[in-house]
Amino acid sequence: MSVNTVSKDQFRQFVAALIQSNPRVVGVQARGDRFVFDDLKTPDALRLDYDVTILSPRKYVLPQKETLLQFEVGGRCQSVQQAQPLVLLGVHPYDMAAINQMDELFSQGEYDSHYMIRRKMITVIACDVVTPSKNVFAASMGTATVSSGYDILLTDIGDSFVVEARTDKGKKLMNLMPAARPASEADLNKRRGVWEINEHRLNKHVLECKPSYLPKLLEKNYDHPVWEEKARLCYSCGSCNQVCPTCYCFDVQDEVNWDLKTGCRYRAWDGCLLENFATVAGNHNFRKNRAARFRHRLYRKGKYVPGKINGQIACVGCGRCITACTAKIANPVEIYNQLMERTEIG
Amino acid sequence: MCECCTATQDHKDIYLPEPATITKRRMLNGTELYLHLELDSGQEMDYMPGQFVEVSLAGIGEAPISISSTPTQKGLELVIRNVGTLTKAIHKLEVGQKLGIRGPYGSTYPVEQAKGKDLVFICGGIGLVPQRSFIRYVLDNRKDYGKLTVLIGTKCYDFRLFREEIALWMERKDMTVMETIDEAHDCWDGDVGVVTTLIPKIESNLPKSLIMVCGPPVMYKFVLMALAEAEVPEENIFVNLERRMKCGVGKCGHCQINNFYVCQDGPVFRYSDLAHVPEAI
Repeated sequence: MSVNTVSKDQFRQFVAALIQSNPRVVGVQARGDRFVFDDLKTPDALRLDYDVTILSPRKYVLPQKETLLQFEVGGRCQSVQQAQPLVLLGVHPYDMAAINQMDELFSQGEYDSHYMIRRKMITVIACDVVTPSKNVFAASMGTATVSSGYDILLTDIGDSFVVEARTDKGKKLMNLMPAARPASEADLNKRRGVWEINEHRLNKHVLECKPSYLPKLLEKNYDHPVWEEKARLCYSCGSCNQVCPTCYCFDVQDEVNWDLKTGCRYRAWDGCLLENFATVAGNHNFRKNRAARFRHRLYRKGKYVPGKINGQIACVGCGRCITACTAKIANPVEIYNQLMERTEIG
Repeated sequence: MCECCTATQDHKDIYLPEPATITKRRMLNGTELYLHLELDSGQEMDYMPGQFVEVSLAGIGEAPISISSTPTQKGLELVIRNVGTLTKAIHKLEVGQKLGIRGPYGSTYPVEQAKGKDLVFICGGIGLVPQRSFIRYVLDNRKDYGKLTVLIGTKCYDFRLFREEIALWMERKDMTVMETIDEAHDCWDGDVGVVTTLIPKIESNLPKSLIMVCGPPVMYKFVLMALAEAEVPEENIFVNLERRMKCGVGKCGHCQINNFYVCQDGPVFRYSDLAHVPEAI
């Protein structure tokens, strides 16, 4: 690991060089008064002072639609690997934590080579948060800062960035930053200061327990009235699923090309709030009840997925679901705190 | 060599089906098609009773289907109900045509644990299909197991599956087969009523037997109630559950029952493991 400092001017030159020397660089950019991850054509479009993006960078590690196989109709299938090298610039710590979780989920048990090959071709340049978004609660979830998964971590310390190259891929990129000098003790102190502040201020909704209590809290509240109360207003639109950086459920479908002879099998994002998520052929729906679907999502985040990844809570506190939910019922902190009101946790 | 190439070499594509050829086909009733398949690789699939495969037709789609054959015999037997787009297309296939197969996936019946024990199979409708795998396995290893009782319930006379095979089972001295249909029919002089009505007629010592249950979702509650009344311990009951096992490999999330993935933790569950799993039954 090497830690350097570059001025913002020099950093701009680095981004220009990055765009020039890499086939694809994706960075955070403004769209109206909000932000998105999109292909970066010029360093000036990059906005590392963003609060939160509409969709998380999940769309690059697990694309909304990804071809798995190609085939001749009724014939043999072949594996398809379409992933291309990609630099992902400006990933916030909570989104990095979400990608780290997905890396574990797709590599454990049956190894998902489609996900893993794509992931290995991505270079992640993460950055600490400069502007907290209106609904972020990463500090409550322990994801206001992050210490792994990225190749480079940037921290804005005013007139310059502290640049930590963590991996070989990251160190190689440092060649594009010839003006970088080793970070001084003062710079490192400033970086620590940013981390300390973020550990407090990225907390617009305050979870009243440690995240590690959530599995137990949920275990005791399966029949709590909150599920029915909230879900009564749910449109089953799946917006919470779509914007969530840790949702990774997918559907698999076949698509036939215009020649009607060839086609592909692809996977596409799905959402457990959508009405037919658990419907099987013959139209039997195993999770027909809206409140049951609503509860299932919260249980996946707080209990089921943590059971697969060593207790890590699969909600990273980005707050996107709170913003996206039309019915204003998706705030996980509000729900967890409501459960806390009547639950003794030993 | 770059990292991505290494990944391709080290790991097979878990979503890639292997081709299999239909070697026999026949309709078991108006909607259920029996298929006997052989893998084009010439290999026998390494599976155990209770497991399922993902069956696909390129251009139509993929679905989880229970294995109905036993690994003690050659080839792979599936029974496919004509119920959706994919299964409708599969029903049109002839002998010699090909399907894609991935698997086997999921848990198995307690083949080892059941040795020496009396076994009771309670099958509702198409639930006979996966149960048949274990029943035939027991018949091919008959001396390893105790009394064998098979209860079969079908909605109506015309829907009955594997009629000739069941007739042969009925002639055997080393197993007891009881069959009932829900709705009376002119050609039927056997029992009429749901499958639970056969449970009191079982001659084995029920609480000491292992009970295998598979049928439509609505059936489980009633069968489990009847077994509780007969004082069968929950750990002696095995249920075979259906869900939307879209990927089969524990990734896509569709088959989840609370914290269980049916494609990996199931489809065969020991009922006592599901006692605190509210979405299961």
